[in-house]
Amino acid sequence: MTPATAPERTTSMDTNLVIEVKDVHKSFKTVQAVRGVDLRIRRGEFVALLGPNGAGKTTLVEMIEGIQKPDRGEITIMGKKWKGNQDELHRVIGLSLQETRFVDKLSVSETLRLFASFYQLGEDRVAEIIRIVGLEEKKKSYVVNLSSGQRQRLALGLALLNRPKILLLDEPTTGLDPNARREIWAILLGLKKESETSLILTTHYMEEAEQLCDTIVIIDKGRILREGTLRELLGDDGSTGDRDEGGAGGRGTGAAKAAESPVAPRRKTLDDLFTELTGRHLDE
Amino acid sequence: MSKLFRKEQLRELTLAYAKEITREKGVLFWGIVFPILMSLGLGIAFTKKADVVRKIAVIADGESHGESNDGSDAGSRGANPEGSSRIETFLQSRTKRIEPNGNEPARYEITIPSEKLGNTTFIFEKTTWQQATVHLKRGNVAVAIDEHDGRIEYHLDPRNPDAQLSYLKLSRLFGDGGAATAAGEWTARGSSGEPVSESSGELVSGASGEAASDSDGEPVGDASDENIVPLTVSGTRYIDFLIPGLMAMGIMMSNLWGMSYGLVEKRTKKLLRRMVATPMKKSHFLVALMTVRLGMNFVEAGLLFLFAFFAFGTTIQGSLPALFLVFIAGNVAFAGIAILSSARTANTEVANGLVNLVSLPMMVLSGVFFSYHNFPEWSIPFIQKLPLTLLADGIRSIFIEGAGYAEISVAVLILMAVGVVSFIAGLRAFRWY
Repeated sequence: MTPATAPERTTSMDTNLVIEVKDVHKSFKTVQAVRGVDLRIRRGEFVALLGPNGAGKTTLVEMIEGIQKPDRGEITIMGKKWKGNQDELHRVIGLSLQETRFVDKLSVSETLRLFASFYQLGEDRVAEIIRIVGLEEKKKSYVVNLSSGQRQRLALGLALLNRPKILLLDEPTTGLDPNARREIWAILLGLKKESETSLILTTHYMEEAEQLCDTIVIIDKGRILREGTLRELLGDDGSTGDRDEGGAGGRGTGAAKAAESPVAPRRKTLDDLFTELTGRHLDE
Repeated sequence: MSKLFRKEQLRELTLAYAKEITREKGVLFWGIVFPILMSLGLGIAFTKKADVVRKIAVIADGESHGESNDGSDAGSRGANPEGSSRIETFLQSRTKRIEPNGNEPARYEITIPSEKLGNTTFIFEKTTWQQATVHLKRGNVAVAIDEHDGRIEYHLDPRNPDAQLSYLKLSRLFGDGGAATAAGEWTARGSSGEPVSESSGELVSGASGEAASDSDGEPVGDASDENIVPLTVSGTRYIDFLIPGLMAMGIMMSNLWGMSYGLVEKRTKKLLRRMVATPMKKSHFLVALMTVRLGMNFVEAGLLFLFAFFAFGTTIQGSLPALFLVFIAGNVAFAGIAILSSARTANTEVANGLVNLVSLPMMVLSGVFFSYHNFPEWSIPFIQKLPLTLLADGIRSIFIEGAGYAEISVAVLILMAVGVVSFIAGLRAFRWY
């Protein structure tokens, strides 16, 4: 379901369309995880699915990945459905799951070489990925000896191995410290600059959505609440007229800017918008 | 590249899995060192003519402690501590007294030498009936003896082979001395330790006729020692029976624990889910696991055999190619079972239970350590169809009976069928995420 307020950016005839989700529903026993979602993503577009835990982000991404089947509705990737096209679609998608653990006693380069073999890729690509994700010094280290940030960079490297047209990242920076998070962002911003890969990223960090993505989809209780660019979502001036007295305790980029100038009007944030829409905060 | 067969994938998957398991030190210990240690321990235990020590409780309190079979007054029971009883006479005249240490009671020791069976040392300890019961319950002694009207009574569990053997040897010791009424009583004990009454005069009578001492009353070697011809022909020793059983068990355990548990762990870690989100062939992944396990099991079995060859002189009397065939078939069977048993669960505790459910009954029934012919006759045909029995019997027949293709062909076919059917069913039911 696309809310009336969300701009219609593409049509199904759009040749740049890489993912199309039409009126998709999914339930697990008594829980309705996804309720009538419509989504269209173009080539090179970075889209954030922003919402609190349990909003239905992961279920939606798993349906796009082909892991879950929708109860109702239709999903097409590059104009193709999953059924009968799995091998072909796996070749154009790269993904990183939440909390995946790789084989402890394989080194970084061995893990990449294993996954590279699935795509018939050689050593050159493995070396290139090691450089892209900045693990040159750790390429001979066992996975078990990597820090959580390094493991997440390895997971991202695996997702990028096949030069994917579509990249699906499920909470790629959850649990990472700010430095490790910025390293991941830098890799993704580099990718955005140098390729036409489309990205769907689930997150509950609004800074991440703001920093990386062209389009932000706010999702809660299985429904899309708002969808658009940051400017479209927050308005041209983005000002709420409120003042953030504490500053440092605020949420997100807007709050951070307010902290630099405690007397300036605090900018409206995505969390403010989410609160307006649901009465709750994003991190609740 | 063929869509059905992707050589590069299979090679990398096999290499990765081989590295994964060989880099775990625990795998090398439990897979290779432990079976060798087990064969060493069991081999020594069952091949060395070790001196056997048998402890006997001598009831010396004169208390009433159980019904006699003839209903006589229990008050007349008990050895006479003053030395007039047969037991006391025997202890004083034939045994060496070991002085008590602290509060411990005095002990009496006698050794019956036997070149071929190994020496047997009896240690007698005087106790009250209550103490004897405690010792019997704890397994500290296998037999308790006392005397009633000149008849020696033996209290033991008739279902305990060790107790039976102690009784037989002991009754021969007391069978000398010319007592015309040397017939004794064998009092069977229930699990509670209380006598359940059973007379077995025939057993004692039979034993009493053969003296275990020379005319001077000195203990000599077992009277029948000279008639004993120890089996030394290769294949007739216990170790020759054991090594093929250990090999078969190793194949089963390595596949079930190594593959089942490993698969469930990868599912729990979401690694399987990540891998199938690529163009990886699912069958290649499982074939790689099976291939590495086969290689590991080959090394394990080879090292175990080499150890048995040098330590115990174990040889392979039958066809080597047939042995290789049954080895492959066993691996296929248990790898298939492993994949089937780990097809669904993402919980390692459930996986533990499933592996135990499959492996423990076969460990007990399939004759790995001792012949399954000790089980009831009706169960033998069923036991013989179990995969571990087929594998153990197949390997054993080649090792010790000189079997070839013809003798193992049926077992190989059944094992292969079990493996293929389990593999296909497992692959169909398999949950990758």
